[in-house]
Amino acid sequence: MIKPILSKLVSASVLCAIAMSSQVAQADAIDDIKKSGVLKVAVKADYKPYGFRDPSGAIIGIEPELAKDVADRLGVKVEYVPVVSSNRMQFLEQGKVDLMIATMTDKPDRRKVVSIVDPNYYSSGTNILAPAKYGFKKWEDLKGKPVCGIQGAFYNKKTGKEYGAQIVAFKGTAEAYAALKGGNCVAFVYDDSAIVAKTKDPAWEGYEMPLKTIDDAPWGLAVKLGETKFHELMSDQIKSWHKSGRILELEKKWGVDNTPFALKMHEEYK
Amino acid sequence: MESFFDWFRILYDNTGINLPFLYDSYDRARMWNGFLMTIKLSVVALFFSVIIGIIGAWLQNSPLKWTRRIVNGYIQIFRNTPPLVQLYFFYFAIGALLPKVSNGYGGEVPILGGFAWAAISLSFFAGAFNVEIFRSGMEAVPKSMTEAAEALGFSRLQIYKDITLPLAFRVVLPALNNNLVNLVKTTTLAYAIAVPEMLYESNQIWSDNVNVTEMMIFLLLAYFFLVGVLVWGMNRWERSLKIPGFGT
Repeated sequence: MIKPILSKLVSASVLCAIAMSSQVAQADAIDDIKKSGVLKVAVKADYKPYGFRDPSGAIIGIEPELAKDVADRLGVKVEYVPVVSSNRMQFLEQGKVDLMIATMTDKPDRRKVVSIVDPNYYSSGTNILAPAKYGFKKWEDLKGKPVCGIQGAFYNKKTGKEYGAQIVAFKGTAEAYAALKGGNCVAFVYDDSAIVAKTKDPAWEGYEMPLKTIDDAPWGLAVKLGETKFHELMSDQIKSWHKSGRILELEKKWGVDNTPFALKMHEEYK
Repeated sequence: MESFFDWFRILYDNTGINLPFLYDSYDRARMWNGFLMTIKLSVVALFFSVIIGIIGAWLQNSPLKWTRRIVNGYIQIFRNTPPLVQLYFFYFAIGALLPKVSNGYGGEVPILGGFAWAAISLSFFAGAFNVEIFRSGMEAVPKSMTEAAEALGFSRLQIYKDITLPLAFRVVLPALNNNLVNLVKTTTLAYAIAVPEMLYESNQIWSDNVNVTEMMIFLLLAYFFLVGVLVWGMNRWERSLKIPGFGT
């Protein structure tokens, strides 16, 4: 009895969905951005040097500069929207931003939610921050020693299981850094991109990133699903970044050693 | 035994109910160590908090004004601040000020680690409540009892040890029971300073396996079991201490 009503409801909602999705497909992001004169970009504000705040509160860093390049190409102004890892894809999905460049690792399940642009613009892996006095040379040197980590990071298990380190995991990076300084652990296992910046920091003198990076995974910048024209434009933009050596130049500017990935991509597209 | 554990792998393959702490030997060892750590931390904190309660209640009745003030100050500080804040304070603030010892491979570690600070902090936290609980029990002992003991020439310590405390103990057991149950549950906070207890290990396992639901259900049952054992023991103790005609 209720079935016919239900099926009508379902078909009605399907129709609605089709109508709405076709509308989205017709509207073009590039036209909208040009019309409003502003490109809204989701970036990190707590990930030095990829996206962080200067003393005045403005967001600066490598990724904001990349976003600025895109805005210049479109001939519009840029607006930075600070995001964190847990909400960055939602910002894009809900249309609060047009573009996301927020240190996101490229994963297949993420590709279902947002439109990650090929080729990848950057890459990072896992390494440790440790006092130089310990002289760690390989991952096996960590065996049996306490190593700080972040609760929930996927590389904790690997470091513990394969290399025998005792993982001491904290809730956030601030606690882990404090524990490392306090001597509660001999090293901190984290993203190499973030560690590189720390080793340049005068407050962390005598600390180094001694091991070979493992689990190197590419980062993807993303546009909303279905924005094919904008996707193509971004793909071309990334190629031109790699071609011109812009990423290498930005790494140098923000005090990061040129990463093997950026060097390789520059060679490939040169 | 292996075939028993393998059954859970089959369960996962067939139903999607993922219990890696049973079929994966690495996760099993982690979970077991976490379980033992929770028991160890609970037992240590239970023991010292009761000792602190007994001694604190004695000192609270001291004729010396400053002893009383110090005990009351201790109670105010530890009872009126959140246990998580205390843990962070001890581990990061006090821990950094203490002398360091060599770790055996060229570096220095703080003299007290996460477990020690968790045990100290939780003992003091629950101890502050226990002092007040014991005080309530002592006030329930009729004044005429202590007066009679004084008339018989008992010293202040003897009166406390042999007369007030044993009687007060029977009165405070239900309240003490409550506080100790709370203490066992509060040990989960130690995961904030990376003490590898049950919640910490579960968190690691569910991050690696994305099986949050299963781990949550398991954790709930595990604590229900642990606290159940404690409550059962305390109730038995309460019954065995019962004096006919005394108390309620």
